[in-house]
Amino acid sequence: MEILIAVIIVAVIGLIAGVGLSLASKYMAVPSDEKQEKIRAVLPGANCGACGYSGCDGYAAAVASGEAEPDKCAPGGAAAAAGISEILGVEIVNEPKVAFIACGGSCSASKAKYNYSGVQSCAGANMLHSGPLECAYGCIGFGDCMRACNFGAITLKDSRPVICEDKCVACGKCVKACPKALISLIPKEHKTTVRCSNRDKGPAVVKACAVSCIACRMCEKNCEAGAVTVKDNIAVIDYNLCNGCGKCKEVCKRGVII
Amino acid sequence: MNSLTSIASILLAAILTNNMVLSKFLGICPFLGVSKKTGTAFSMSIAVTLVMVVATAVTWPIYTYILYPKYTYLETIVFILVIAAIVQLIEIVLKRYIKPVYQALGIYLPLITTNCAVLGITMLNITNEMNYLESLFNALGAGLGFMLAMILFAGVRGRIESSNIPEFMKGLPITLVSAALVSLSFLGFAGIGG
Repeated sequence: MEILIAVIIVAVIGLIAGVGLSLASKYMAVPSDEKQEKIRAVLPGANCGACGYSGCDGYAAAVASGEAEPDKCAPGGAAAAAGISEILGVEIVNEPKVAFIACGGSCSASKAKYNYSGVQSCAGANMLHSGPLECAYGCIGFGDCMRACNFGAITLKDSRPVICEDKCVACGKCVKACPKALISLIPKEHKTTVRCSNRDKGPAVVKACAVSCIACRMCEKNCEAGAVTVKDNIAVIDYNLCNGCGKCKEVCKRGVII
Repeated sequence: MNSLTSIASILLAAILTNNMVLSKFLGICPFLGVSKKTGTAFSMSIAVTLVMVVATAVTWPIYTYILYPKYTYLETIVFILVIAAIVQLIEIVLKRYIKPVYQALGIYLPLITTNCAVLGITMLNITNEMNYLESLFNALGAGLGFMLAMILFAGVRGRIESSNIPEFMKGLPITLVSAALVSLSFLGFAGIGG
């Protein structure tokens, strides 16, 4: 008899809790956005944060409210982007992109300014007189971008980061990780790139690095499509105009345009 | 006046001398798991404090009027049941009425469902034969004590991150050692309040 009452007590308390919860979830349920739930369903659910939101739920909410672009999900890739755009009824116009490091220098091309033996990270080295290399704009080569990459697309080769374009999903994590802001996302079908970011004037640039843009404007003068402009002592290519004729590569004496 | 001083001493004791994490070693899981950043540590502590107070508010009457004196052995199972339900209910209510708080607490609220610190404080209130008001303030104090421990330790971990630690001690080992040292420092409060 005693045990029966004990069982009944627990059962009744459990029942009250259960009924209370089900009533609460019925009457206090938040009407959630149908679109958001559908979008959440096409996302991979990795909660990796590559999109820049707190997780797949956060990103789905942002997309549903029109705050975010539908193609920001890196793990989901094209499939997720297509699914989302179908739900939203919009076309994705963005072409596939890939990360690109705007520095062609190396330890041999740019001389060392001082002997650095601190924390082995670009961000750390950058704090000490803009890094140990003579070129204050160039890649320091400790691989902060490599550590930021979730997809193994960046490897260090002779302390230079190399991007594997097949593995790169253009999530943009390396873009944020580089203290020199050398990395940008460019169209995957790019034909021409400028591998230098040094904004100093000619003589200083030549002194700093063997592979550097001295802003001679040869590329600008020879580009028929008008895609190359020299701005702040550095050649900039407009990928919308570039037709890939390759003239700029031929005329560049510094080997910066590749 | 008398009850006021006793409540003040209960609060002080719960925060410092009987600190949930550092003296009673309850709730070690969130203490080690969520203390990497001060922000998340704070969110978690707020959630824990809230649940502790509400759980005590419900479990004390259940024990006193239903379980006592015959079925006191049901204490653990009934308390677990009730706390789990309460946490779910709080989540639903917050989601409905105070969305910002719900979003700030995020994942931490459901995590507390199975937190031993919450169960611990409800059972300690019964063991110490406190009355309803005292129990509530004890729960509040325990929650604030949890917050104090979390935020202190988040600071300690911040320092650990930027210091040069021997390879074999990196990660969890150094975290546990420093947790022990922080706990040791709280033993100094043992003389206060009794």
